Amino acid sequence: MLGQGILKGLAETARNFFGSYINKDRLTTVQFPEERLPQIEATRDFPFLVYDGTDWDQGMRCVSCQICEKECPPKCIYIVKSADKKPDATGKPQFYPARFDIDISVCMSCQICVEVCPFDAIKMDVDFELSTTDRFGGLLLNKQQLAKSNEYYNKIHPTEAAAVDAALADERAKADAKLRQAAEAKAAAAAAPPTPPAEKTVVQ
Amino acid sequence: MPEIIDQIFVLLKHWLMGYVPSLLKPVVSAILSVVPVLLAFPLLFAITTVLERKGLGRMQNRYGPNRVGPFGFLQPMADGIKSLTKEDIIPRTADHLVHLLAPVVIVIASFLVYAVLPIGRNMVIANLNAGVLFFFAVGSMVELSVFMAGWSSRSKYSLLGAMRAIAQMISYEIPLVLASIVVIMAAGSLSTVTIVNLQATYTGIFPHWYVFTPWGLTGFIIFMIAATAESNRCPFDLPEGESEIIAGYYIEYSGFKFALFFLGEYLGMFATSAMAITLFLGGWAAPFSFLTWIPSYVWFFAKLLALICAFIWIRGTLPRLRMDQLMNFAWKFMLPLSLINIFAAGVWHYMPAGASRWLVVTLVIAVACVLLSRGLRRNQWFHVRTYRFAS
Repeated sequence: MLGQGILKGLAETARNFFGSYINKDRLTTVQFPEERLPQIEATRDFPFLVYDGTDWDQGMRCVSCQICEKECPPKCIYIVKSADKKPDATGKPQFYPARFDIDISVCMSCQICVEVCPFDAIKMDVDFELSTTDRFGGLLLNKQQLAKSNEYYNKIHPTEAAAVDAALADERAKADAKLRQAAEAKAAAAAAPPTPPAEKTVVQ
Repeated sequence: MPEIIDQIFVLLKHWLMGYVPSLLKPVVSAILSVVPVLLAFPLLFAITTVLERKGLGRMQNRYGPNRVGPFGFLQPMADGIKSLTKEDIIPRTADHLVHLLAPVVIVIASFLVYAVLPIGRNMVIANLNAGVLFFFAVGSMVELSVFMAGWSSRSKYSLLGAMRAIAQMISYEIPLVLASIVVIMAAGSLSTVTIVNLQATYTGIFPHWYVFTPWGLTGFIIFMIAATAESNRCPFDLPEGESEIIAGYYIEYSGFKFALFFLGEYLGMFATSAMAITLFLGGWAAPFSFLTWIPSYVWFFAKLLALICAFIWIRGTLPRLRMDQLMNFAWKFMLPLSLINIFAAGVWHYMPAGASRWLVVTLVIAVACVLLSRGLRRNQWFHVRTYRFAS
């Protein structure tokens, strides 16, 4: 019969039409701003700078090595290296970024800056609601806007952050051990040879 | 009391006309008749767009628009504001005058045909004695506007779309007109008002709509299929197939001109639906004699909305046809069937009333339908395609 398939199709669409009013499970749409699907852990959009502790400026892990600036394919990172040094997380004196800007209107979310960072200082954020009314200034994020705590990093990417924390703790322990060794050696050196200088004086 | 409610708009117009000096009477009378139509049908267009989007959404298990206003019913206002504030881009090499005129012509053509459509009892702008002819003559102005748009844009997509549209519209206009001829034969008049008046009588509680005869039903179905093709709606939306030629003949239009095309297309759809109602579904007449207390214009708009819902339902169901399927269907099925339908209507007219003519006419149409559909199917043979030069 001509038109049999059409009638079958009409019955199917009618079933969907009325079914969507009766059975809410049929509707797959998530009503976005009110309802949200949980983000998967690998979600990423723009980079941010991780800091340890509570003070965003003091605890910043970035040592201003500028590798990310050089590697960035669209060149959206701008860093000004500091003139002085301050102790980093491990207590070693390091440079720090006097200025660190990322233009997220240029950023292409490739994550290369994260891959190359030897200090685990730059990581990918998941915050995507970044629209502003000022498309030039509003999308150029400065150091303070980029700085986010390690706790926040642990919250958005738990597995990755735990691995980073473990590695950093390991490094810190090693550095501490080294420091202790050096201190011990120094102490030993300081304790052992009180005589030679005396000898020296004797010689003199 | 029901008579007064039924005639309230007519009485209101007469009462207003009493205050108008006789010199201005023709002009004011025309304005008073035309302005309600110019307001009612664009409003219906706005309602239809939101209904269509919500209905299609539900058929695809989505919500459809539900943000602007209660249940998304103010969405057309937002759409209108959006299209008004958009930049109006005209291609540099386009024919500016024709490019500007095309959307205007389509809207004018779509509005003109409402002149002969009886919206209610005694509610028609112009009772022409060749009303049906006027309808089809003015309705074919749409083709002109489509080709103006396609040609003046100077884009290959729009030209392709326009060529498809012209081929399709001309092909389907023939069954459209031939399907309506059976009603003209039965009514013996080209006046839409006379045709509706003939259908607004009752035997017992049942009305004399032409759709309740075998030839009338066939004619109605052919008319509706042809009307779908005529208004470029799914499954006959080849001229504007989004996946093939993006938007067809109005690809180079933006902003409010695009909205005008949209408006013109929907107004054309309403007009052909209203014509189908006038010819086959008894116009403003109530479906049962005990329901005549409901005002005639309510019945007209109820029938119109029902047909619009059918259009939306079809759009949500069927995929787009291929060009050869479209043409085969028009010329190998619709055209012969509508010719046979005219013959059947003639047989009906000359046979004595009773069960025998029902049997004979139904048989004629059914046999024709089966044979023609078999003829359509015969050419559907599938084989592995071989490429002579590639292999």
